[in-house]
Amino acid sequence: MWFFITPEVVYGQDAVSRLGQLKGKSAFIVTDANVVKLGFVDKVKEQLSKAGIGSTVFDEVEPDPSLETVKKGSSEMTKSGPDLIVALGGGSVLDAAKAMWVEYAGPGMKAEEINPFTTGMGLQNKARLVCIPTTSGTGAEATWGIVLTDQAEQRKMSVGSRETMPDIAIVDPQFATEMPPGLTAQTGMDALTHSVEGFTSSWKNDISDGLCIKAIQLVFQYLPRAYKNGQDMEAREKMANAACIAGMGFINSMCAMAHAAGHSLGAVFHTPHGRAVGLFLPYTIEFIGDVREELWAEIAYSIKLEVPKGKKAGPILAEAIRGLARSIKEPLSIKETGIPADSFNNSIEKLVDNAFADFQLVTTARVPSTEETQKFLRYAYEGKSIDF
Amino acid sequence: MAIRFGTEEWVKAACVELNKSQAYKDAAKNWEGDMYFIIEPEGGLKETIIAYFDLWHGECRVASIFADESAKTPAYRFWAPLSVWRSILEKKLDSVQAMMTGKLNLKGDMAQIMKMPRAAVELVECTSRVDTEFPW
Repeated sequence: MWFFITPEVVYGQDAVSRLGQLKGKSAFIVTDANVVKLGFVDKVKEQLSKAGIGSTVFDEVEPDPSLETVKKGSSEMTKSGPDLIVALGGGSVLDAAKAMWVEYAGPGMKAEEINPFTTGMGLQNKARLVCIPTTSGTGAEATWGIVLTDQAEQRKMSVGSRETMPDIAIVDPQFATEMPPGLTAQTGMDALTHSVEGFTSSWKNDISDGLCIKAIQLVFQYLPRAYKNGQDMEAREKMANAACIAGMGFINSMCAMAHAAGHSLGAVFHTPHGRAVGLFLPYTIEFIGDVREELWAEIAYSIKLEVPKGKKAGPILAEAIRGLARSIKEPLSIKETGIPADSFNNSIEKLVDNAFADFQLVTTARVPSTEETQKFLRYAYEGKSIDF
Repeated sequence: MAIRFGTEEWVKAACVELNKSQAYKDAAKNWEGDMYFIIEPEGGLKETIIAYFDLWHGECRVASIFADESAKTPAYRFWAPLSVWRSILEKKLDSVQAMMTGKLNLKGDMAQIMKMPRAAVELVECTSRVDTEFPW
């Protein structure tokens, strides 16, 4: 027995007009200052007003949102008393909004206590959650996962339960057009990592598989175009769809070691999430290796990657991903992200501990020991292909 | 020779497997908390079995069977019918998925469990190594 859950997904150009069809009394918009500056919040308010729904804005979500921000937002939410929460932004905003929703609507719940075994919160009794991404990568609009940062412990916390799945995901490519090339690249690598890991994790399943494969195809085809020309609306739309599809895929099959390592690196060095997990993806494929050779071959086939007879698909796929990353100027090693060797070496134990505390390490197809995790991180620092 | 599941001999054998495992030691190095595994009657099993494990920083300090739940006040309680425990030990059912789907129930500090999810998986891995007989 297992579940496959998704929100209602409204996608394509002008998908934001779905807001004008919703029923409700008042909305609480969770966002960040940059999204306000881009004029996107006005577009959302305009649609809500068509439905006769007034709105209040909380625009203080920072990248890698902290527990403190969640508390502040949920406190504002409680004062406002909305029956609709609209999260508009990147993954950090959407995740923060999910956590605020729980603190607002789940009696006595704290964000850090939400876990996959939590049931019966009855969040919809108080408000529905609509998520509108402005980046194309995290897929957070279609997942129940929430990543928060515990600043005191320098640790990223993966929390969430099936009940923190948004009610509606609005995937409108117009909101992605303002992403600069660097952000397009990072977030696109996040979508790729979700789909590759979702397709090969130990919880992979028939229903997620097709979604993950489709997302991989879309990323390989359209990410370089979206990176080169942010106004290429076809590429923007396909990447927005890819991110959402990958989100629906991986949240029902989970991720693996690239995410455990990526969360760890991000918590200690503030490496952007997509960049961190994308960087670790080829190393993860090499580490998992033969355990998933058949699946690497399936992925290679789906993206028309030639695997010569007698060769293994895993290393060829890992190199193809490095090629894609190189073409969009993403770093291929931790060193290339600019982290000095002494800082990295001083943090190695913390990095290993963080990775071991990450839920994604439960579902990786080949589980590393602590020694292997340390070696994995050192290889990724130097840019050496994994050979153990 | 296979050991009958849910007996004093079985929990002691599981404890030995835990203490032999470096992977468990690594994954549970910060774990503090004893627990009950409560096996609910089903089929030929007519009485509840209460297995107790005292796990501390990657070590199994005590393992025993109790007749009554009031014997200890463990930090964690996991309970499920016999068939669920058997499926988990035979690796037909993932222990975390069993918890997420409500087949395996638990009570205790969830935040601690979520900080060390790998420990739970290694615990199952070790107990699965005990050559187990299910006579019911």
